[in-house]
Amino acid sequence: MSAFRSLVVKETRHILRDRQTLGVLLALPVVMVLLFGFAIRTDVQDVRVLVVDAARDGQSLDLTRAVAATPALRLVGVDGAPAAIEPALRTGRASVALVLPAAFGASFARGTAEVLVVTDGTTPNYAAAAEGYVRQVVQTWAAQQGARAPTVRVATRMRFNPEMKSEALFVPGLLAYVLTLVSALMTALSISREKESGTMEVLLVSPLRPGAMVVGKVAPYLVLAFVNALTALAVARFVFHVPMRGSLAALLVATLAYMLGSLALGVLISSKTPDQRTAMMGTLLGLLLPTLALSGFVFPISSMPAWIRPVTQIVPATWYILAARGAMLKGLGFTGLAKELIVLFAMAALLLVAASRSLKDRL
Amino acid sequence: MPNAPASVAVRGLSKRFGSVEALADVSFDVAPGELFGIVGPDGAGKSTLFRLLATLLLPDAGTATLDGLDLVRDYRALRLRLGYMPGRFSLYPDLTVAENLAFFADVFGTTVAEGRAIVEPIYAQIEPFAHRRAGALSGGMKQKLALSCALVHRPRLLLLDEPTTGVDAVSRAEFWDVLATLRDSGITTLVSTPYMDEAARCDRIALVQDGRLLGPPDTPDAVARAFPAPLVEVRAQRPGAATMDRVALLAALRHTPGVARAEIFGDWMHVTGAGSSGPSADEHLAATVRDALVAAGFADVDVRPVAPSVEDVFLHRMARPDV
Repeated sequence: MSAFRSLVVKETRHILRDRQTLGVLLALPVVMVLLFGFAIRTDVQDVRVLVVDAARDGQSLDLTRAVAATPALRLVGVDGAPAAIEPALRTGRASVALVLPAAFGASFARGTAEVLVVTDGTTPNYAAAAEGYVRQVVQTWAAQQGARAPTVRVATRMRFNPEMKSEALFVPGLLAYVLTLVSALMTALSISREKESGTMEVLLVSPLRPGAMVVGKVAPYLVLAFVNALTALAVARFVFHVPMRGSLAALLVATLAYMLGSLALGVLISSKTPDQRTAMMGTLLGLLLPTLALSGFVFPISSMPAWIRPVTQIVPATWYILAARGAMLKGLGFTGLAKELIVLFAMAALLLVAASRSLKDRL
Repeated sequence: MPNAPASVAVRGLSKRFGSVEALADVSFDVAPGELFGIVGPDGAGKSTLFRLLATLLLPDAGTATLDGLDLVRDYRALRLRLGYMPGRFSLYPDLTVAENLAFFADVFGTTVAEGRAIVEPIYAQIEPFAHRRAGALSGGMKQKLALSCALVHRPRLLLLDEPTTGVDAVSRAEFWDVLATLRDSGITTLVSTPYMDEAARCDRIALVQDGRLLGPPDTPDAVARAFPAPLVEVRAQRPGAATMDRVALLAALRHTPGVARAEIFGDWMHVTGAGSSGPSADEHLAATVRDALVAAGFADVDVRPVAPSVEDVFLHRMARPDV
């Protein structure tokens, strides 16, 4: 068998024989998607509500009292003008606004009353829950009015991220996270494990070129990461009905570019770290943390301080998440995602060059 | 590739790690087909020397020629001719014995079948466990597998860094039997060990301490014979004591005039005199020590001249590196 093929086979055996790690890696995307989909957006406490009461009649005051009396909601203010909504949401004073239009009592009596719930779309999980609470309070209140008021229509509008469902929004970020974990962390660990065990000394002395050695080692992880991406997409699609409005092919091409960059980062990290523990810490702090915090996955980039925004542009996950959101939610294809794809491939190329430069054939 | 066994010429090799001088101006020659031992305690610089010779580290100063190839310039060609066994366990514990061997054969561009003849004497001993994972092997078997893996591409020069460390006494003896077989088949072997008793199994040895050679390399016998001072071994009892009180005996010996050093050597004490060696010097030291111990109240005093061992030489040179 050729040295390269033998290396791939050997690495695959390492992966397949470490059943625990393999199990964790295969289950990870499923568990993460389910966790984010079900658990994280429920159980929102202390929803801050701003009531915009343009009516100031008996019914509107009564509904405002009902809001104030709901334990999960906190009434942070009552204002007469819709202009108050924008600053309140932006500063975080309120996370949801309930707008009661002029002559609310009269229209309510006719059964044509309409209220507007405005939520902050930048925190979609929270916004969805907040909207649910307010809607429930309005409906319960209307039901208590019984015979006099048949229906209250609730119109909801999301600011900043119109038309996005919260389930849909976390999937791209989650993909980036899982791919980083498998591609970068597992690669860094597999190389630093050889350093730690002394087998690296023998491999270095062998005629195997360092470049071929690294490619042979990371190839199995490329496959594993791709399986993970497909699993996460399948769970998102079939459990949460997350749409795939654009080009799946474009998304997979972006995924490939992102994985290559992550693998290169894993190689880079392992070239600087002497053992698995350091490689683990390096990857967690240097890579997974930015992927979570600086990519727009957890915290929206638009709400970050201005000085840190340029940093988000050099985090590969930022571009991958943009590409994935574009493909899945905005219905974009290769043309629409050209910029993201070019940036991702440029980053991957740069990182691969840096990674191959970091390889030495001595200790 | 020439057919004569490889030779090694090391000239002034030095290596620093920050402020630590790991290897300082080390020079020696290894003849073709020789089993050459680098003997010294942990931290003496043995592993640094082996990593330098294995082309894994670059020397700060000095040169070395292995099998006619320059250590630094020709390192790629040299690597094909080297069989290197690092000091650490260097196998894949989750791969089986057979898979480990096949992997290293592939990586070194050969096959197990081609390397079979040379690894046969060693591999035959572990072949019954071919399908056991390497991590589940005993220490001795692991070392035999690691040696098989280092040999499978038929190298002309073997570099074995502490191959018997952490291995039980029986397996150590077996491993040295294997090395003797390999020497007979014409492979030049450099082996390091912290165990003085293993020095006797080498053709020639070099003693290392603090990154320097303690004297020129020679046969183990010649190294031992070169012990420059009178030497006797001593046994004595406190009256009524069931066992030898080593601490009291050592203290008494070290306070005896004319005694330079006293060390525990198994059941005996080795006592080195202050003068230079010779039969009469040994007898004189024996008499001095006997009289002093009797005067100090020891019973069953047994003092006799003893042939110096490599360990005696090592301890002596460590204490007086100028001799």
